Amino acid sequence: MSNLKAIYGIYPGPEAAERAHMALQVTFKSFGGDVLAVEVLTSEPYDEYEFGRLEQRTSMPWISALGGLVGGVAGYFLTALTQRAYPLPTGGMPLSPHWTNGIITYELTMLGAILATLGTLAIATHVPGRRSPLADPSVAEGKIVVGVRNPPESVRVEIERALRSAGAESVVSLR
Amino acid sequence: MVTKTNAEINRDLLRPIFHTSWRFWVAAGVLGMGVVAAYATFFYQISAGFGITGINRPVFWGFYVTNFVFWIGISHAGTLISAILRLANATWRRPVTRCAEVITVFALSIGALFPIIHLGRPWLFFWLLPYPNRRLLWPNFRSPLLWDCFAILTYLTGSLAFLLLPVIPDWALIRDKSTGWRQKLYTALAFGWSGTGRQWHRLEAAMHIMAIVIIPVAVSVHTIVSWDFAMAPVPMWHSTIFGPYFVAGAIFSGIAALILAMACLRKFLHLEEYLQPVHFDNLGKLLLMMSLLWLYFVFAERLTVWYGNEPAEVAVFLSTQRGPFAPLFWTMVFCNFLIPFPLLVIKKLRTIAGTTLAASTIVVGMWLERFLIIVPSLSRKYLPYAWGTYWPTWPELTITGGTFTGMALLYLLFAKFVPIVSIWELKAGSRHRAPQGLLEIVPEEKPLSQELPDLDSGVALEDS
Repeated sequence: MSNLKAIYGIYPGPEAAERAHMALQVTFKSFGGDVLAVEVLTSEPYDEYEFGRLEQRTSMPWISALGGLVGGVAGYFLTALTQRAYPLPTGGMPLSPHWTNGIITYELTMLGAILATLGTLAIATHVPGRRSPLADPSVAEGKIVVGVRNPPESVRVEIERALRSAGAESVVSLR
Repeated sequence: MVTKTNAEINRDLLRPIFHTSWRFWVAAGVLGMGVVAAYATFFYQISAGFGITGINRPVFWGFYVTNFVFWIGISHAGTLISAILRLANATWRRPVTRCAEVITVFALSIGALFPIIHLGRPWLFFWLLPYPNRRLLWPNFRSPLLWDCFAILTYLTGSLAFLLLPVIPDWALIRDKSTGWRQKLYTALAFGWSGTGRQWHRLEAAMHIMAIVIIPVAVSVHTIVSWDFAMAPVPMWHSTIFGPYFVAGAIFSGIAALILAMACLRKFLHLEEYLQPVHFDNLGKLLLMMSLLWLYFVFAERLTVWYGNEPAEVAVFLSTQRGPFAPLFWTMVFCNFLIPFPLLVIKKLRTIAGTTLAASTIVVGMWLERFLIIVPSLSRKYLPYAWGTYWPTWPELTITGGTFTGMALLYLLFAKFVPIVSIWELKAGSRHRAPQGLLEIVPEEKPLSQELPDLDSGVALEDS
């Protein structure tokens, strides 16, 4: 059985997209599929709609905090170990002063958090990466695309029906 | 009430990218000449040595360090203000944030050039970076200049990410609306952005985290710049108030620079319907608050010096109050307080023209303030052998002028390749109820008056 690359509907606004999203979920459930396979592409975030609230949970803040911790530890060791390995004349002052080392440690803590956030974002969103096969130029005009990628051929008719019943302006099948 | 469709918003905000007028080339050419002149002067300075500048014993820091402090201060406009407004969920911020964030990145880059310009052998600037070289010479982590290096690199990295992350969806929009070389360019820049729910959530989560992280970084950067001075036993520098004093001054000059940039963008890119009077009014109020805060810090710092009556400090104090630096000092007071205060406190005067005029004088005043912190103190240190004068020479003036034209040129080029107002944030924000004067969105295909009968005046957005 051959698979479609993607099938999607194009909707004029969020209400119609919400209906399509729910209809597709029902269709997928009835065939035992994963409801998260339904993709919605928009030109702006729609947090007030259910389709815009999926996959909101993220551990990004914890990873950023961990990145900060790693950065801080690296900063501390960079300063303290360097000062001990290559001692400079200090005129009787401590060789490795925590007051001034704290500044470098602080900056590297923040840098670690920033880099960890960027890394997590890149991995979680696949950016840089390839565009979704559902990507349609009409999204740039404010339209909303609702569809699934790689659906089984056997449910194509049901998916298309669900997309049209929700008020799709057009339905596109990609092979 | 003015209404805007999605297509009209795209057209308005993408116009500078798709259409290039002769004015752009003229402006780029004129500004470019300023930059070329500055670079040529810099290379001449490398060739001829520092003797061609006015910097000499005892005033080793003149225009270049003034410019360094000034531009780092200007950089506080964008990311810091944008982050605070983002965390506060201020709806009016949306057309303003990108204009502000750009200032940070470019001003920081320009500011960071000055320690290099100020080096006798600028090609060895990388000695500041902590790496183990063959001579086992490592940087001194006790040096405030090295703290600067770390702080500026962290802030620049964070600010660049803070600016560019929300640009990706707008680049994707341009990719989808363009053809030819432009489509290829923006396809690469959009990094495969599709606009899935997961991408939007993660982007917003990342921006939230970045906003939280960037605020303390921004504060630390200018505090550390102030410690370049405060750690030195020089009259009127060795002060505990310098950290907050510098941060307040930085935010002050930053907001002023932002207002100036917005006024220029509004005029030259025809963004009157996006950068509205309410934005200038709100930023004008912030500017007023910072003007008062600046006055408070100046008074507190100077009162302590005067009351302490330490001879070396009082000598510097008097040189700015009624000595050779007095004209500059009183010009600064006029520019930073006496002119802006009435313009910003009287509601009728707090117009676009009024706030822009106030911002112009403040930018001048804050440059003078940086100069007056550095040069008078170095001109009259504790012992007579360390007394002297400073006059800038043409290389310093040319390079200083070149940084201003460079800033304008970078801004011009940025606005040519990136929508200067964040399109997706504007649209997303306008769907929610917004205060008077901001963009509003109405549900598709329904007349505005039927759908939202009690809307305040302003621009509305409707799906077409």
